[in-house]
Amino acid sequence: MADLVTFTIDGRQLQAPAGTLVINAAKKAGIEIPAFCYYDGLALQAACRMCLVEIEKMPKLQPSCTMPVAEGMVVHTDSEQVKGARKGMLEFLLTNHPLDCPVCDKGGECELQDMTFRYGAAESRFVEIKVHEDEKQWSPVVYYDPARCILCYRCVRICDEGLGVNALSIGNRGVHSEIIPNNSDHLNCDECGACIDICPVGALTSGAYRYKTRPWEMDHVGTICTHCSNGCKTTLGVRNGEIIRGNNRDRSGVNGEFLCVKGRYAFDFTKAPGRLETPLMRVNGKLQPVSWAQALAAVGQKFSEIKQRNGKFGIIGSNHTTNEENFYLQKFARHVLGTSNIDHHRTGDITTLMDALQGRENALATVGDLYTTKAALIVDNDLAQQQPLLAFQLRANWRHHKANVYAVTPGPVREDQYAKKIVRAAEGQEFEALESLRDQLQAEEELVILFGDPIKGDAVRKLVAFGDSLGKPVKYVCLVDYSNSRGAADMGLLPDLLPGYRSVRDAGLEPGLAYDEILNSSDLDALWVIGANPLSRHELVAANAFVVVQDLFLTETAQRADIVLPASSAYEKEGTVTNVCGEVQQLKRAARVMGSKPDLEIIGLISKEMKANIGIWKSSKVLNEIRAEVSSYRFPLIVVESGGAAATNPVNGPVPSTRSDLVQSARNNLFHSGTLGRHCSTLKAVVEAPGTIYGELVNEPEEALEPSTTQQ
Amino acid sequence: MIYNEPSPLEVKVISQRFTLPNSAAIDTYLATDGYLAVKKALGMTPEAIIDEMKASNLRGRGGAGFPTGMKWSFVPRKTDKPRYIICNSDESEPGTCKDRLLMENDPHQLLEGMMIAGWTVGSNKGYVFIRGEYRYLIDIVDRAIAEAYERGFLGKNVFGSGWDFDIYTHTGAGAYECGEESALLESLEGKRGIPRLKPPFPAVVGAWQSPTLLNNCETFSAVPAILRMGGPAYAELGTPKNGGTRLFCISGHVNKPGVYELPLGFNLLRMIDEVCGGMRNGKKLKAVIPGGSSSPVLKAQECDVPMDFDSMAKLKTMAGSGGVVVLDEDTDIVQLAMRTMKFYQHESCGWCIPCREGTTWLKKILDRFHEGDGRSEDIPLIGELARNMLGRTFCALGDAAAMPTIGFIEKFRDEFEAHLLKTQDPQSPELIVL
Ligand SMILES: Cc1cc2nc3c(=O)[nH]c(=O)nc-3n(C[C@H](O)[C@H](O)[C@H](O)COP(=O)(O)O)c2cc1C
Ligand code: SF4
Ligand code: SF4
Ligand code: SF4
Ligand code: FES
Repeated sequence: MADLVTFTIDGRQLQAPAGTLVINAAKKAGIEIPAFCYYDGLALQAACRMCLVEIEKMPKLQPSCTMPVAEGMVVHTDSEQVKGARKGMLEFLLTNHPLDCPVCDKGGECELQDMTFRYGAAESRFVEIKVHEDEKQWSPVVYYDPARCILCYRCVRICDEGLGVNALSIGNRGVHSEIIPNNSDHLNCDECGACIDICPVGALTSGAYRYKTRPWEMDHVGTICTHCSNGCKTTLGVRNGEIIRGNNRDRSGVNGEFLCVKGRYAFDFTKAPGRLETPLMRVNGKLQPVSWAQALAAVGQKFSEIKQRNGKFGIIGSNHTTNEENFYLQKFARHVLGTSNIDHHRTGDITTLMDALQGRENALATVGDLYTTKAALIVDNDLAQQQPLLAFQLRANWRHHKANVYAVTPGPVREDQYAKKIVRAAEGQEFEALESLRDQLQAEEELVILFGDPIKGDAVRKLVAFGDSLGKPVKYVCLVDYSNSRGAADMGLLPDLLPGYRSVRDAGLEPGLAYDEILNSSDLDALWVIGANPLSRHELVAANAFVVVQDLFLTETAQRADIVLPASSAYEKEGTVTNVCGEVQQLKRAARVMGSKPDLEIIGLISKEMKANIGIWKSSKVLNEIRAEVSSYRFPLIVVESGGAAATNPVNGPVPSTRSDLVQSARNNLFHSGTLGRHCSTLKAVVEAPGTIYGELVNEPEEALEPSTTQQ
Repeated sequence: MIYNEPSPLEVKVISQRFTLPNSAAIDTYLATDGYLAVKKALGMTPEAIIDEMKASNLRGRGGAGFPTGMKWSFVPRKTDKPRYIICNSDESEPGTCKDRLLMENDPHQLLEGMMIAGWTVGSNKGYVFIRGEYRYLIDIVDRAIAEAYERGFLGKNVFGSGWDFDIYTHTGAGAYECGEESALLESLEGKRGIPRLKPPFPAVVGAWQSPTLLNNCETFSAVPAILRMGGPAYAELGTPKNGGTRLFCISGHVNKPGVYELPLGFNLLRMIDEVCGGMRNGKKLKAVIPGGSSSPVLKAQECDVPMDFDSMAKLKTMAGSGGVVVLDEDTDIVQLAMRTMKFYQHESCGWCIPCREGTTWLKKILDRFHEGDGRSEDIPLIGELARNMLGRTFCALGDAAAMPTIGFIEKFRDEFEAHLLKTQDPQSPELIVL
């Protein structure tokens, strides 16, 4: 820690490490110094001059955002001179500001309004004609109104420094200065909206939200993004049960205020055309709308019948459903249906990693670790495209702490911009590349290794052996795709593993059929799919199987179903999910969609139809059951309930894992998100879609044909 | 070519070759002590050269008047980083036109000065940053550089010393702000011309993050003479702490405007009367802008004063860039204030709020006021807004806009009031059509 210096602000003696900026020292002491251009973690600008303070023995007012505290320094933030300067600065700022607050999206949440209210003058002395420049649309997501822009350059910096995209710049000179996209007149960027969110005024507005509401008309629901596995907190703005905005201005959650295009804008699948609002049942070969009672009775009856004649079930669970739903589903499968034929789309080889790390503490990195680790190694992943928050964290770590980042990837990645060493290696050649880095890695104090889906089975063990051989503390992140990919594995949506990675044999069961075996089994009697779309890529061999699908949309799989049950999305229910780093966080219900039910309730109702009792379908109750069974989920509940993220540790015993060959990432990038992504108008609208991985275009499978259901 | 007749009162140190035929040619320069100083310097230690510079009491001619020897001593010499020598020939301060003559008539003097600086701080590379509008001067300086290379004075192993030195020209793109040293560096690096946060100062972290010695063109041009005659002898020419001579660019309502080399401390009234042949058309002196448009105006009664940095500071104005603008009794101060602000408004880089918005607002008020739509409350407002800018902007351009405005309003408030009365025609009160 740097030396402490003693100084005075507004008559209060304070101490802080040398190098602390006056503005931050004041903030710590509860003294607010207004600022526009200063932004924690971004480069210093000293451009807005809002933060000027009086420092004794200095001839003029000094910007507190660039002035470090010094021994014996005496600072005044409340003198008449300082107050006058703030007032004067705001008066200047407002001269060319359009003051269209009544229709501005930012009204009520605007820093310029707040500052003027607190520090400004009540009257304007400006009687001249304002400088005006028309608003521009840069992308379907980003609009820029130069007239409202106060030129604080936050947007420029977050995009360049924060994201490494560098899409924005400053153009023209003097009063005509404005922000311009580096790509002439439009953006070709991550479309993350970070620039919009960080804008203190309404100069940058979002195509998805603009002119839809006044901020105070919304409820703000902090929940977890349902797209990728990183588990960003997204605060959904909800009006009349409808989500109209996503952001995370309060910086709660593991992501601070970071969100990618999906976390911020990809919520409109909730009300997308084609969203199922009533159960469907195949009658005379056609799916017809029926009541919930009818549909559930039919499922219960058919399941009971198949069970009675010892028929063959196959169950495919989801990467998006909650831990409670997954737990409940496998419990229902194993105890009521009496089958172990249960699996899910495995997008990373988490089970082998758990086995390789057995018995260790602190072997899994958290999202927070990525910001503090001294070194990190990325193997086989285009982090900025596939794991946006993790990429952001590592970049911030490099910016703020000079972390050394190494990348072993088959193609170019954004981390190339700053990585200490980059090795291009085709899949299968990673280990030669790693050897070439050995000396450098060995010289690091500690390391976090993040690996993508090509590292599976023995390769995972080899990677851990490599990590061990460095003789330094190493932590791992097995990169998976979806919001609860990790939870699906933790909760035992696997044919051979119970929740907590215990062998099914421990419970006296035999391992069941895996994902592909279920689909390939010619004598399958029933296929039950919850929040997954296996038939978009695979055939169902058992032509006569009774198929039940719980989903939001009439996917390829749902089209083959005998009964389709409309499910609620993550934004419409409660429960917990576990992110890629094994951190458990809580969902909060934001929207309501008529006709749909949470999967937990649907499973509960089916069991009720079958006169089975597997406990009440209330997520808090199921979480208690999980905690009784899975030791790593015995984190203090308060952490999760208060909106925090609870880290989980790997298991203690060996994991009898199998079928690493089934591991395959869906190769989603920033603009993909499986079925949900296909139904997000924003993701489809941006010109960058479908996006790239390793600089190469990734084409999503053709949009599912969605024949009009008989609803219409 | 020079643009005015020399005056017998001049003390010609850096302008001595201006009147020679072919003055820019290397042979002319060599025939008149050219490149002797750098040869002498190569036999001296950096410390000895810096001592000589300090003894000369040379102060920066770019505007701020910072002691040059001291600036040279700030450049770290024990570093692995390259060091750069940069000549500020952006000359954009209204009323200033001396660097132009120095480059046009004696470019080798400038190059030699930069070489001495380069040797002193251990640099191998120099840039002459020339304002874009001086297109023809870029050619002249380029030609001089080429001549110096031909003779082996630049490039590898300068004068057999084993030391390498290259000089390049670089052109600005038409921004006053790019004369501000840190904005100049941004521009040199190919970026938008906005100033940098200071500290660190360019001497420590300058071009390409490396130590950089940046001086005005006239400052560098004085260096060879200082080394030849010795620092104390040069200092002797001026007043205490204000060594040597400088080029005064005298414009406005005098009979013989021009650029004259005079010792620092030369009396301003004598400058007008004896050097410039008195006021044009026998008019009375009203005021003088003593050091470029950024310096607050002096009223006629304040003009019996020695022209050096300290005397000007005592009068709360600046010797600045040496641009002396003489104003006669017919000068419309309101129009002058308006025109001055128009310049700064146009040139504000826009980086910081008080300068960007302050100059724009002030220009609009002054425009309106001058046009005849002034209000009595505008007069205090102008002063107040300028004071709200003063000392609060990111770089000194904001001060440069505020200071003269405050000067005009404070010293010539009566003229603003008279202008208001003159333009508000009491005969025709506003007609209200119902
Ligand atoms: C707005 C602004 C414009 C300036 N323009 C010039 C210029 O055109 N030429 C110049 O030499 N110095 C100019 N300066 C001063 C430089 O920043 C710097 O102080 C000077 O070049 C240093 O050289 P010196 O020490 O030899 O005077 C300007 C300063 C400001 C604030
Ligand atoms: S949307 Fe994101 S990537 Fe695009 S310009 Fe804004 S900050 Fe940059
Ligand atoms: S658009 Fe917003 S964030 Fe960007 S410079 Fe303008 S006010 Fe600042
Ligand atoms: S004072 Fe501010 S706006 Fe004006 S030129 Fe300097 S940095 Fe630019
Ligand atoms: S916050 Fe310090 S100048 Fe903007």
